[in-house]
Amino acid sequence: MSDASSTIDERARAIVDDFSLFDDWMGRYEYLIEIGKKLPPMEDALKTDATRIHGCQSKVWIHTARDQDRMTMQGDSDAMITKGLAGLLIRVLDDQPPKAVREADLSFIDDIGMREHLSSTRNNGLHSMIEQIRARAARLAESAEPASDSAVSSSNA
Amino acid sequence: MRGEFPALHQSVYEDTPLVYLDNAATTQKPQVVLDRMARYYAHENSNVHRGVHKLSQDATDAFEDARQSVADLINAPSSDQVIFTRGCTESLNLVAQTFARPQLGPGDTVVVTHMEHHSNIVPWQMACEATGATLKVWPIHDDGTLDMEAGRQLLAEEPFLLAMGHVSNALGTIHPVSSIIDIAHDHGVPVVVDGAQSMAHLPVDVQALDADFYAFSGHKMFGPTGIGVLYGKYDLLDGLPPYHGGGDMIDEVSFDGTTYADLPHRLEAGTPHIAGVIGLGAAARFVDDLDHEAVQAHEDGVLQYAHEQLAAIDGLRLVGTASEKTSVCSFVFDDIHPYDAGTILDRLGLAVRTGHHCTQPLMERLDLPGTIRASFALYNTRKDVDRLVEGLDRVQTMFG
Repeated sequence: MSDASSTIDERARAIVDDFSLFDDWMGRYEYLIEIGKKLPPMEDALKTDATRIHGCQSKVWIHTARDQDRMTMQGDSDAMITKGLAGLLIRVLDDQPPKAVREADLSFIDDIGMREHLSSTRNNGLHSMIEQIRARAARLAESAEPASDSAVSSSNA
Repeated sequence: MRGEFPALHQSVYEDTPLVYLDNAATTQKPQVVLDRMARYYAHENSNVHRGVHKLSQDATDAFEDARQSVADLINAPSSDQVIFTRGCTESLNLVAQTFARPQLGPGDTVVVTHMEHHSNIVPWQMACEATGATLKVWPIHDDGTLDMEAGRQLLAEEPFLLAMGHVSNALGTIHPVSSIIDIAHDHGVPVVVDGAQSMAHLPVDVQALDADFYAFSGHKMFGPTGIGVLYGKYDLLDGLPPYHGGGDMIDEVSFDGTTYADLPHRLEAGTPHIAGVIGLGAAARFVDDLDHEAVQAHEDGVLQYAHEQLAAIDGLRLVGTASEKTSVCSFVFDDIHPYDAGTILDRLGLAVRTGHHCTQPLMERLDLPGTIRASFALYNTRKDVDRLVEGLDRVQTMFG
């Protein structure tokens, strides 16, 4: 789904362009739900306490791993909007260098009219998802050894 | 009636008129409450119970008048039995820490129902954990009513105390507290009632109920946040040790020892939330002056209409179908997550609550991740229900 040759900023701009085709909130939400539906399925075995993002009403999991010098990620949620939000992050951040993920400018979420989901009090997990992904990216960026996040996350649990 | 509540008259997300259906979380405030609080700060602001000056005397009079208004509303025998707290949660913690904890020990039990709000579970759990006592759970039926036979058996075992809600916040069930208190008293069991959800909907007479303690919050009965009440029978309150130490609750202080003030001040340490108390007094008078029969008939009508309209929606299931209910409609969709529904309803201007409603044990019992909850107050109308039904139709179109 993600094009490894494009940068985070390029992918974010493409998403903003896609969302700009809709002139009302309902169209944007329907598109967000579509993004969630198009997420590649996440194996149930990866849906563990270590990959679960806490702090939201719905269940949401983000699994991150290292692939050479890149960070890959998969995600899922039992709520469609939350899954769409996870899908947005994965579209932009999957298969990028951990350092770039850690420092990524995610203001595109505001630009596509989803600002209300960014609030840390919103209980939808987007804020927690971003915090968790950045924390994992920071650890991956610092560690020389390739590691899967289940090992990383257990120290964080 | 709606005209008296300014917060109802606004649009959200630029141009969508608000429909406020989250009254079980907090009610909106009538202009009389807002005006009374503004008047206190603008003209009477002063500390209470200690000043020799005119302003302090005026503030103290207003403060104690508010206590009397609350006592009148719940028919407390004396305003000394109205203790001001930060809210219903603090009231329940006060009883747990000063009444239960010093008396509990291994072998004692405290009973709570399976549908209590976390505020009426955790304080008792903490008291039990600290003393080696046991928390027992009064089971419920699937429709959201109490299993009375099981409750009778639990009470026959003579637990130390029963703590129960008057009305369920998640499902709206009105429990038969009066007859339950009678049964409990037959076994010598005192009863603490969490009245957070009843005050805005039902006339409450603590003497007729014969409640030992009755706790509630100001903000769920058209008053301000940050202020609540603990009512108790005089002898029980008078026997409580101080909860917090500080100013206002003492008689004389010396390094050799301190003697404490009489009720109610002994249980109200420090400068109180004066504006909150005065606002709550105004809210109590607002509620006391309502035509309760007319209000209840109106609220029952809106609830009945909501039940009929929601029950007619394919794929939607009402949760909590007791015959005795206040204005709470909890429901789930077969295949739409409550959070998804709540997010879209919000964009349509409909303020509902989704999630576990601080009743995780109840949700687990009902095997639900949470519900969508529309909770009504006296200012809601059938038009609000129509807007909700339109919104739910949109939700089903988007997620269907």
